[in-house]
Amino acid sequence: MRKFTFSRKSLGIPYFIFLLIFVVAPLVVLFCFAFSDKNGNFTFANFANFFTDPNTLGTLFYSLAVAAVTTVVSLLIAYPLAYILSRSTLKSKAVMLLIIIAPMWINFSLRISALKEILTVIEGNLAYYPFLNAVIGMTYDFLPFMILPIYNTLTKMDLSLEEAARDLGAGNRQTFLKITLPLSTPGIISGVMMVFLPSMTNYVVLDMLYNSTYIMGSLIGSYFAAYNWHGGSMIALILLAIICIFNLITGGSSEENNQGGALL
Amino acid sequence: MIKKSGKGIFLGLVLIFLYAPIIILAIYSFTDATTIGGAGSFSLQNYETLFTTEELVDMILGTIMLALISAIISTVLGTIGAIGSFYSKKKFRSFYSTINQIPVINADVVTGFSICILLVVVFGVSKDTYIPLIFGHVTLCAPFVYLSVMPRLKQMDPFIYEAALDLGASPASALRKIVIPQIFPGILSGFMLAITLSLDDYFIATYTKPATFDTISTYVVNATKGAQTDIKTALWALSTLIFAIVIIAVIIMNVTASRKAVKFKKEA
Repeated sequence: MRKFTFSRKSLGIPYFIFLLIFVVAPLVVLFCFAFSDKNGNFTFANFANFFTDPNTLGTLFYSLAVAAVTTVVSLLIAYPLAYILSRSTLKSKAVMLLIIIAPMWINFSLRISALKEILTVIEGNLAYYPFLNAVIGMTYDFLPFMILPIYNTLTKMDLSLEEAARDLGAGNRQTFLKITLPLSTPGIISGVMMVFLPSMTNYVVLDMLYNSTYIMGSLIGSYFAAYNWHGGSMIALILLAIICIFNLITGGSSEENNQGGALL
Repeated sequence: MIKKSGKGIFLGLVLIFLYAPIIILAIYSFTDATTIGGAGSFSLQNYETLFTTEELVDMILGTIMLALISAIISTVLGTIGAIGSFYSKKKFRSFYSTINQIPVINADVVTGFSICILLVVVFGVSKDTYIPLIFGHVTLCAPFVYLSVMPRLKQMDPFIYEAALDLGASPASALRKIVIPQIFPGILSGFMLAITLSLDDYFIATYTKPATFDTISTYVVNATKGAQTDIKTALWALSTLIFAIVIIAVIIMNVTASRKAVKFKKEA
């Protein structure tokens, strides 16, 4: 037997095996379960059921709507905020940013239960506005994830480009639309990725707000509660497909892009 | 002038949106009121309940233990994984990074559900062994450690390691004495990140935890569905405590950051 010699490369082996077991294998199993029935026979039934049942299809479109509206609302709040902060001459803008993203470190379930108490006082009965509450809850939960990457790209941006545009006669609006906005798109994209997908799947936010409407994540939850592994796997697989499509549209997430996410 | 105050108002409104629920809850946590908006007088009852109810104390300690254990395993795995991958051939490295990226992009519901199916349904591992829970959390956290260590490896000067070897250091000791110290800030931020991710997780825990074990997230979610008032108000106290810890941490971070800045200026 060849004697094992230490090399830097071999350090990567344990984690690689770990990833194969806990990331790749579960997805393979998920795939097999999605296309089989209780007896282990191959079937398209789970797939067909999803796309013929008006309830599950409705849930798909409803969660897309919740996610889309949440993303737009978060973007409309986060972009101006990040812009104001990054361009302010305040000495303490780093402190301000920290204050804005600090709630992120409080356990989300505690934050959402606080929100629930306040919304109950304001609205009386939470059940009257399920869609509105879903959007408020998701925005409340995920807003910092939109602010941070946009702020990062805006502060890293070369400000002399904006000055150059002004010197060449561009107005404020023109400078913003032609220089600032295009240069900050990487931040917007990572922000959108970090808000859109969780708002399709984080069903606990709805549960906690006494929301009886279903999003895609809720379907997995209810199949799980009913021990229906095969139906649940199909939903998970469809979610995976949506995530993949989303990544392809946004140009994939290179290592560089995700450093913003890693900093969270 | 008008523009400036407009900016201030916008900032203020966002801060109110983010903080009002937490602060109102914090104020009510010091009263004997059982609903928000109701009247009550000053009381520390909620804090007493929080620290004397065994169920609550166990749940908090359990969450912290789980976060520490999974963060330590994640940090070791993610760090050596990043080092190994960094020194591998480019093709393998990008394959490695792609697989590492899957749990980062994937929805937590899907990650938790798929690990549950593999370990519990296919291999019949009992959830009571805590194995699915701990490995589930490591799967959630380790990729982020890898991601925070990798840029440090890229920034490192490769010749120092070579120099150490030329001067007679073994690869293992060169790694320990040269590489690890240089990437240490990345390892540390990866560890902190792993802790926060584990503390905040709900989905992986729900799908993999033993029935008798609760993390803060799973406990709070179940408690909001239940009708036990004393538990509900005790959780207000918990939320306030965590809020206070976060605020103190933010202040400490600021003080050390500004001290460093002052020191830097003096040295320059």
